[in-house]
Amino acid sequence: MLGKLTWGAIPFDQPIPLFAGGFVILVVLCVLAFITIKGWIPYLWREWVTSVDHKRIGVMYVTLAGVMLLRGFIDAGMMRSQQALAFQSQGYLPPEHYNQIFSAHGTIMIFFMAMPFMIGLMNFAVPLQLGVRDVAFPTLNSVSFWLTATGALLVNLSLVIGEFARTGWLPFPPLSELTYSPGVGVDYYLWAIQISGVGTLMTGVNFVTTILKIHAPGMTYMRMPIFTWTALATNLLIVAAFPVLTATLAMLTLDRYLGFHFFTNEGGGNMMMFMNLIWIWGHPEVYILVLPAFGIYSEVVSTFSRKPIFGYRSMVMATMAICILAFMVWLHHFFTMGAGPNVNAVFGIVSMIIAVPTGVKVFNWLFTMYGGRIVYATPMLWAIGFMVTFVIGGLTGVLLAVPPADFMLHNSVFLIAHFHNVIIGGVAFGAFAGYTFWFPKAFGFRLHEGWGKAAFWCWFFGFYLAFVPLYVTGLMGMTRRLQHYDVPEWHPWLLVAAFGAAVILAGILCQITQLVVSIRHREELRDLTGDPWMGRSLEWSTSSPPPAFNFAVLPQVEDRDDYWRRARLAERGAAPRAEPIYKPIEVPRNSPTGFICAFFATFGGFGMIWQIWWLVVVCLVGAFATFVVFAWRDRTEYEIPADEVARIDRANRRARGEALTTAEALS
Amino acid sequence: MTAFQAGADFGDGRREETHGPRPEAILDHADPAAKRIIAGYGFWIFLLSDIIMFSAFFATYAVLSGETAGGPSGKDLFNLHNVAIETACLLLSSFTCGVAAIGARAHNGLMYYGGMAATCVLGLGFLAIEIHEFTGMIAQGAGPTRSAFLSAFFTLVGCHGVHVTLGTLWLLTMIAQVFAKGYRADILRRVLCFALFWHTLDIIWVAIFTVVYLLGAGA
Repeated sequence: MLGKLTWGAIPFDQPIPLFAGGFVILVVLCVLAFITIKGWIPYLWREWVTSVDHKRIGVMYVTLAGVMLLRGFIDAGMMRSQQALAFQSQGYLPPEHYNQIFSAHGTIMIFFMAMPFMIGLMNFAVPLQLGVRDVAFPTLNSVSFWLTATGALLVNLSLVIGEFARTGWLPFPPLSELTYSPGVGVDYYLWAIQISGVGTLMTGVNFVTTILKIHAPGMTYMRMPIFTWTALATNLLIVAAFPVLTATLAMLTLDRYLGFHFFTNEGGGNMMMFMNLIWIWGHPEVYILVLPAFGIYSEVVSTFSRKPIFGYRSMVMATMAICILAFMVWLHHFFTMGAGPNVNAVFGIVSMIIAVPTGVKVFNWLFTMYGGRIVYATPMLWAIGFMVTFVIGGLTGVLLAVPPADFMLHNSVFLIAHFHNVIIGGVAFGAFAGYTFWFPKAFGFRLHEGWGKAAFWCWFFGFYLAFVPLYVTGLMGMTRRLQHYDVPEWHPWLLVAAFGAAVILAGILCQITQLVVSIRHREELRDLTGDPWMGRSLEWSTSSPPPAFNFAVLPQVEDRDDYWRRARLAERGAAPRAEPIYKPIEVPRNSPTGFICAFFATFGGFGMIWQIWWLVVVCLVGAFATFVVFAWRDRTEYEIPADEVARIDRANRRARGEALTTAEALS
Repeated sequence: MTAFQAGADFGDGRREETHGPRPEAILDHADPAAKRIIAGYGFWIFLLSDIIMFSAFFATYAVLSGETAGGPSGKDLFNLHNVAIETACLLLSSFTCGVAAIGARAHNGLMYYGGMAATCVLGLGFLAIEIHEFTGMIAQGAGPTRSAFLSAFFTLVGCHGVHVTLGTLWLLTMIAQVFAKGYRADILRRVLCFALFWHTLDIIWVAIFTVVYLLGAGA
């Protein structure tokens, strides 16, 4: 009846996961009880859960990413404290638990923190930057989000029911095969990633179509903001890389469930094929994460330097060059496989070449700042902190791209320091910059600057304190994923690293405080005009938060940074554009399809993990029925009347006019 | 931080030549032609991703095709006679699927329902032969667990078979949709996407026919 699921799956004998799981369940129940008592459930269901509005979906993605950042960071804190304590002792985490923690940390941070954060920011900003009303397939967008949430839920479920993988964030065979990992941990990994991966692939299809096919009048490709360009590159990479992940994980699943021989020791299987396949997805994945961050930095640096981005065309070229080169470097993740000097040399050289377009970008940002009137607002601090940190991470990356050096450093904590250097310094800083930058657009008030700056400095120094020691111990020969060790020379460095993690924790606490303080003081931080930063692209031309239809009339684009130009003209006294004739606007109707699909995906995935086959069949039938019901509906859009459009747009015009008058009076 | 009024116009009527998509063709959300372009384009992108997934299975098959672990090879197992009938079924079904698509556009019930029914029968015929082939191989001890070669074979060909099965399910849904709702614009867009899907399965089958069966039986 319940497959492999028994009471033994609940870790009654392990206090740490039991209490952690119990605490999480308690918090979730409290939150649910709170919103039920407040009577918010109908509102949440109508306005958020079933919403197909790209802005709301974007906010939900970023919220998911924020929660998962906390979960992933708790894992990181446990790893750092374990290694600080486990010098010539066992520390406080038994090996099987420690192995689950580092696997969960990597899986959560990449798939459920970094990916949703970037996809959330793209969801929010890209249609606004293009000057359009929504993405190409709004309901599909909602399905994508809820499937990602399903994956996150399954990973966290493994905390209380069963166990998580002990194989690392990529389940390398033969360790991940049934022979060596007989438990459900790897199965949790496989189904969580497979389900959320389908969601990500749908996002890729949706955004490639949106960016290439739906534009405001006059928004040509070479007038698109850089963030939209990087979003295009990222989604092209998703479309080209995620199917390989799907195929690879399907093969491992067949090995585990049906006794196939893709990656086994027996029957002619080839485990190195798994390495090749997974990294053909895995290396583009690095750029899927970092390219949107590059786009955010481009927007932030040019906005807060009050200058157009330097070298727009070279920026576009560099982005697309990275998009292609990303598929030609995968073997540098396993130079030690023994592919021979010629193969290694080719992949080593391409890995160094990919640093060239990235270098072009860094110089473009620097030249954008040169001669600009720089405003050191919080997003700009993240951008400058990124430039310093990312260049160091890039240099250690070029070092690792040299095959002979890589043979020495492979699997050491030097590698760990390198990729945290680029992922924290590149992706996380970019995510935080974008969060601070677009927050006022999403909610109509800015985030508190003081707490934001405090968070930045804690993260910045915390990062160096946590990871420079790992470069040092890596060069001393310390390998990754050690549960305990006996080398006295490493110990002081690992104590410093643990202290660094504590400083990062202070940064996270500052961010939480910032959010609470900002909400409490939202009236003082209110932005009425819709343009708090002197922005450049079209998202700043509408009100904050933007109405469901984004733009009362679609903007006519005549230049790059079109909004910036018009805004400066208005400041110099140009007559405001005559009020347009407002027409009713059709927007897509909300739909619970995404949520219901995710409901079936969650239980179906759970059924697959525990081999409860009737549940799987029920869920498959349910998912198909959901699609048919969705396809059968007759009304897909509803109309916002012209009066309502006029009311919203007039209010924004008035606020902007008043702000302009005030500015003139002051000057 | 200053704020200002947006929307000042140059008023000189300057319009640059625009590159990229023709805005008026795609902007108006109420325009059915624009929606058709967007839906078809998006579905093409999805199909490309599907082809990439198959390419991963093809690459795997290419790597493992010699790894028979002492078991039977393709030469021992493949019956080109059956494969020829399968291929004929699928290629013919592409033609009938095209007929159905034209019928849908012309609102011609005979062509649409007739074409879809023929496509369904041919698709089921293809699946019946494939299932027969698979069960026969498993019965003679050449199942997917026998060797890495057979794992790769069953996965690649089976993945295509799963696509045909899902396609048939979609086909039946589309017959029901047109029957219940008529030739509505959104349903015609789905018929277009279905036809693209079905033709793609044909393309993939041509590759399977060549790489797996012809090369395998000849080796």
